[in-house]
Amino acid sequence: MRHRFSIMKRFTAKTVSPMLVLVLLLVIWEMSSRLLDIPAWLLPAPTVIVAEGIDGWGNYQHHLISTTQLAFFGFLIGATVGLVVAMTLHLLPAVKRAIYPLLILSQNIPIIVLAPLLVIWFGFGVMPKLIVITLVCFFPIAVSTIDGFRQTSYELLHYMHMAGASKQQIFTKLELPHALPSIFSGLKIAATYSVMGAVISEWLGANQGIGVYMTLAQSSFRTDRVFVAIFFIMILCMIFFGAIIGLEKVLIKGRGKEDES
Amino acid sequence: MSELVVEKISKLYQGEPILSEVSFSVKDGEFVALLGPSGSGKSTLFHLIGGISKPEQGAFYLDGINITGQRGAISYTPQSPSLFPWRTIIDNVVLGLEIHAKPDYDRARTMLQKAGLSGYEEAYPHQLSGGMQQRVAFVRALLSPQDFICLDEPFSALDEFTRLEMQKWLLTIWEENRQSVLFVTHNIEEALFLSDRVIVLSSKPAQIKKEFVVPFERPRREELLLSEEFLKWKKAIYQELQGNHDERHH
Ligand SMILES: Nc1ncnc2c1ncn2[C@@H]1O[C@H](COP(=O)(O)OP(=O)(O)OP(=O)(O)O)[C@@H](O)[C@H]1O
Ligand SMILES: [Mg+2]
Repeated sequence: MRHRFSIMKRFTAKTVSPMLVLVLLLVIWEMSSRLLDIPAWLLPAPTVIVAEGIDGWGNYQHHLISTTQLAFFGFLIGATVGLVVAMTLHLLPAVKRAIYPLLILSQNIPIIVLAPLLVIWFGFGVMPKLIVITLVCFFPIAVSTIDGFRQTSYELLHYMHMAGASKQQIFTKLELPHALPSIFSGLKIAATYSVMGAVISEWLGANQGIGVYMTLAQSSFRTDRVFVAIFFIMILCMIFFGAIIGLEKVLIKGRGKEDES
Repeated sequence: MSELVVEKISKLYQGEPILSEVSFSVKDGEFVALLGPSGSGKSTLFHLIGGISKPEQGAFYLDGINITGQRGAISYTPQSPSLFPWRTIIDNVVLGLEIHAKPDYDRARTMLQKAGLSGYEEAYPHQLSGGMQQRVAFVRALLSPQDFICLDEPFSALDEFTRLEMQKWLLTIWEENRQSVLFVTHNIEEALFLSDRVIVLSSKPAQIKKEFVVPFERPRREELLLSEEFLKWKKAIYQELQGNHDERHH
């Protein structure tokens, strides 16, 4: 119980001051848009945005669900591809030497410029959208996983060799668990990328999704709705991020896990 | 049963000789200390026995079977404890076994208890002190399926008090099983206190300078460390290490 309590205390101490700053900012925003008479299409007051968020739920709820699904499945595919690429390159060093530099180079191409091509090739369906998300997600995961494998403790590797472990045992008992923290830092980056990728791919052409809702709001100068969309994108990113952190807490044991004492 | 024969082992690193025609043997149930200055090639010799690098010349025989270049023939404790941080203590000590067979958790629990580590089975390595981690590494070596144990300066990172405690503990555990042990150290007192035989290595390249058969009877007590005779032996080995070739004293 005392343990729980101390976590609670640390949690509140860590969150109170940023919360205060946030509230202060919102108050300043509210006051200035009221006192200075800023037009709503330029910058709506927070209360106006909240009101639209509540009243308009029926209007955008299906967009929200569609984007969440897209980001989720895109992330799953991207993470799987990233992990498979990383493991393949790690287990086949010759292939890694040939492909890894190209992989790094390919990341200099902004995904957004590829998007029109994908639309030309695959149309406006789900396919090009999933490809965009996969492309933005797999890279951070692949790179951090490969990094994790590469940083395997020399001493532990040495012990495994001396003990006569097979290549497969070294991989499953040492390299993979050792790389888990790195894999998770890649997953965390990819989680936020996946939401971003989903929204961007919807901008390019779709019939539903937060991206579509945003474009519609923008073209009709419903700035309050744009803010509602931004708010939900942030929430979505945070939920994804939080889920990964939760999974990390369960899977990572011993050192590397945040000390709880 | 396990007897190790080291036969004329030579090793070069980048053209520089590290080991030169090193030959000795460890009989079944014998505790042999390998004493040499830092950088003389003691760890290198272990890597050769363990098969992770190959000697330019010579061979190792374990119970008459040539094991040169063969991995996993001996049980080994590295210079640092090298525990797996994400494994609990119990999962760490069964690792050597797990690589070759199905781990026996009951035996592991009993061994941990003997090592004074009961209650720590489910703890993680970073929650243990340096001395406790060394004990875990040693229990892991004892539980490994190989009979021959190689220990590479297991206590060199510990303070004087802990070190003595660990040496006494090691002796008690060893008295029970009497497995063959090859123990590397650069501490003369440690070598004398623990072993049946001390092999002194020279450095650059490492060669066997001399072998001392330690006459102290077992089980050994702490008082031995302060006895007249112990100091006399210590001095003799010290002179040998210093390269004092006046051998008329022996
Ligand atoms: N992989 C390697 N490549 C080149 N030289 C090496 C390599 N490993 C060890 N050496 C050299 O071999 C010599 C012996 O090293 P080793 O680690 O065996 O010494 P040691 O007796 O175990 O020393 P210590 O008591 O400090 O542990 C050193 O001079 C070292 O520089
Ligand atoms: Mg060494």
